[in-house]
Amino acid sequence: MFPACRYSLQARRCVGALKAVQAEHVAPQVCSTRSSSSTLSRITTHYSVYPRDKDPRWEGVEMERFADEADVVIVGGGPAGLSAAIRLKQLASQHEKELRVCVVEKASQIGAHTLSGACLEPTALSELIPDWKERGAPLNTPVTEDKFSILTEKYRIPVPILPGLPMNNHGNYLVRLGHFVRWLGEQAEELGVELYPGYAASEVLFHEDGSVKGIATNDVGIAKDGSPKDVFERGMELHAKVTLFGEGCHGHLAKQLYKQFNLRGNCEPQTYAIGLKELWVIDEKKWCPGRTEHSVGWPLNRNTYGGSFLYHLNEGEPLVALGFVVGLDYTNPYLSPFREFQRWKHHPSIMSTLEGGNRIAYGARALNEGGFQSIPKLTFPGGMLIGCSPGFMNVPKIKGTHTAMKSGMLAAESAFSKITDENLQSETAGLYIPEYEEAFKKSWIWKELYSVRNIRPSFHNYFGLYGGMVYTGIFYWILRGKEPWTLKHNGLDADQLKPAKDCTPIEYPKPDGKISFDLLSSVALSGTNHEHDQPFCPAETQSFSCVYEYVPLETGDGMRLQINAQNCVHCKTCDIKDPSQNINWVVPEGSGGPAYNGM
Amino acid sequence: MSARVLVGVKRVIDYAVKIRVKPDRTGVVTDGVKHSMNPFCEIAVEEAVKLKEKKLVKEVVAVSCGPQQVQETIRTALAMGADRGIHVEVSGKDYETLGPLQVSKILAALAKKEQADLIILGKQAIDDDCNQTGQMTAALLDWPQGTFASEVNIEADKLKVVREIDGGLETIKINLPAVVTADLRLNTPRYATLPNIMKAKKKKIANVKPADLGVDVSSRLEVLKVDEPPQRQAGVKVETVHDLVGKLKEAGRI
Repeated sequence: MFPACRYSLQARRCVGALKAVQAEHVAPQVCSTRSSSSTLSRITTHYSVYPRDKDPRWEGVEMERFADEADVVIVGGGPAGLSAAIRLKQLASQHEKELRVCVVEKASQIGAHTLSGACLEPTALSELIPDWKERGAPLNTPVTEDKFSILTEKYRIPVPILPGLPMNNHGNYLVRLGHFVRWLGEQAEELGVELYPGYAASEVLFHEDGSVKGIATNDVGIAKDGSPKDVFERGMELHAKVTLFGEGCHGHLAKQLYKQFNLRGNCEPQTYAIGLKELWVIDEKKWCPGRTEHSVGWPLNRNTYGGSFLYHLNEGEPLVALGFVVGLDYTNPYLSPFREFQRWKHHPSIMSTLEGGNRIAYGARALNEGGFQSIPKLTFPGGMLIGCSPGFMNVPKIKGTHTAMKSGMLAAESAFSKITDENLQSETAGLYIPEYEEAFKKSWIWKELYSVRNIRPSFHNYFGLYGGMVYTGIFYWILRGKEPWTLKHNGLDADQLKPAKDCTPIEYPKPDGKISFDLLSSVALSGTNHEHDQPFCPAETQSFSCVYEYVPLETGDGMRLQINAQNCVHCKTCDIKDPSQNINWVVPEGSGGPAYNGM
Repeated sequence: MSARVLVGVKRVIDYAVKIRVKPDRTGVVTDGVKHSMNPFCEIAVEEAVKLKEKKLVKEVVAVSCGPQQVQETIRTALAMGADRGIHVEVSGKDYETLGPLQVSKILAALAKKEQADLIILGKQAIDDDCNQTGQMTAALLDWPQGTFASEVNIEADKLKVVREIDGGLETIKINLPAVVTADLRLNTPRYATLPNIMKAKKKKIANVKPADLGVDVSSRLEVLKVDEPPQRQAGVKVETVHDLVGKLKEAGRI
């Protein structure tokens, strides 16, 4: 279950004990986060767990916040958020209206927290910015070769990609999404959007009538023990007529909003996968720009959903983007997606491409797989959800960027008419815009997600992967998803782990330092860093950057949980997969986190 | 006091980023890489703003040399409390070869033009570790210098500087106008909060070219090549002193 190799049998026993215990209570041999014994340090000092008004260290500290008004505030400077901002400004200039649009983004620069394969379908982009080529959008690699295979330990079985299958990539582009997002940010700024990278939205603000008023950025200058430092400064409030939430997969503010407005009452819970990615500079002789390879099978067994991608990019030097995706509904707690990824690279067909090359970047991010069945209610008084936050990824295509962008554009279009309507009588202080949801249901996103809705759930059968492929072949390729039934998912990812005693441990090979690597050196490559002296989230499970680890107690007996929050790459998997669901990922001081460059 | 402080800030690759040498070995990859203000420059700005808050100086001017992107760095300084900024435009090949000598010439010219009474700089930049700009600027202006400052106080019209030196701490008193370079323990820089960033957008940044200041930015240095540090070779453990001597003789060291 834990990626790093230093865990002893003792630690595994602790994990086993944890799994056996239900909900809140923690087994006594693991140093408890909840018992406030004076000899043990608290795992978290975050104010959501230890409120400040009862804390004597916060007496007399100025808590008044500076507030500013905008017409629209967008949380998240990713494809969805930036597309919405651009669309709003386009409409404003078209109709000669003034509109103040502010985008807050937790990364230090736009694109620094963006991670994706990525194979982009340019449909939404062409709708948003038809002259994207002249404007220098970094879509430099059209797909020239498309390969799909099933891997066994030693061999590769090619599978033909017939036109009409979702994996067919003709007409698409291989991109470095971080660079694309950076370019979108530049387009937005040119149109007058106010971009504020390095400032994380940490709190949703509400009007008296319960509608969303805006957001507040996080306070800075709080020490690890929860007390205010000399440089403590309160966050700022940004109020808006409507707030768009585009935080990406499993956003922490969206999590709050689902509860507050009961947005998930009529849909299935979202299911996720974890995506791990590396960028390699390879030997020129092995480089074929435009080649797109996907695989399923080894090293995963047929009941664990997942697969790999390997894209040859045409960006000056012989660069390949490769990665591995594992569905987070895996049942074996000994499975480590990170180590499966490293192991996959040793397959003869992959190793032949990577030999002689150099790894230059690493990163990880959760992605949503629920698709059509898991789409929540998208609009509520004062706000709307866009992008991967509610989740519009087309799972068999493994593409979510085009749908995220389109959802941002639809939200902008529906919001624009309401915001600029001078005679509007709104029932709530924050605008309620049901037109967004109506437009969404009529759009091509809805049709696309509907047609592939049964592919992912079709894996939940005895034959696992093979059953799913047969289903796809029959019902999608032939019938185009028109079958009258809708298959259900299996429930929450967090509930899927079986007790350790019921599963076989997996023996992973040691990383060789040339093709496969250990977790710590990978984290160093992500450029991740945070201000070390700040509080962090309460937790008890795995991470893709060695955040959570069990270390021996200084007194000798037993282990304690140590959280190395500095290593966090913001992938959100801990919040998703934790079986007791007691992890609440909270945003750190803005501009911390990974420093991806064109991931 | 009607003093004006000039603070130099440099835009460097962020300290947490893992840098990569360019394939043509002429330098380091900078495109798209996360950049931020040099940490020692942040400390310098903080010190200047603190002096202004104590009403010992009247105006803080932030200066940076480089291409369009350094305006972000100047904005951060403005958000921390500087009053206005000066962007000295240097781009392309000139920017790649820009070094302490040219920057100190620019700062000296600006100090005379703006009639600055105090220049505060970071002690060194984390990308080149030169530790030369402050000292050269003082020499060009023929001003006294208080380098590696861990404490700065203005007393009457003299500057008392506590310096961090190898042996401990040295306290000196120098006349104004002077150049001070900031060391780590001088202060803890404040955060550039969002409301301050928004206010900073309204503060002025003047654009100047080195030629306007009469400075020639051509470099007298040529970078021949840039390489990664060599891989550490594994050490060899020996059992006895005799073995050690034997091995050293073998390697021709003794």
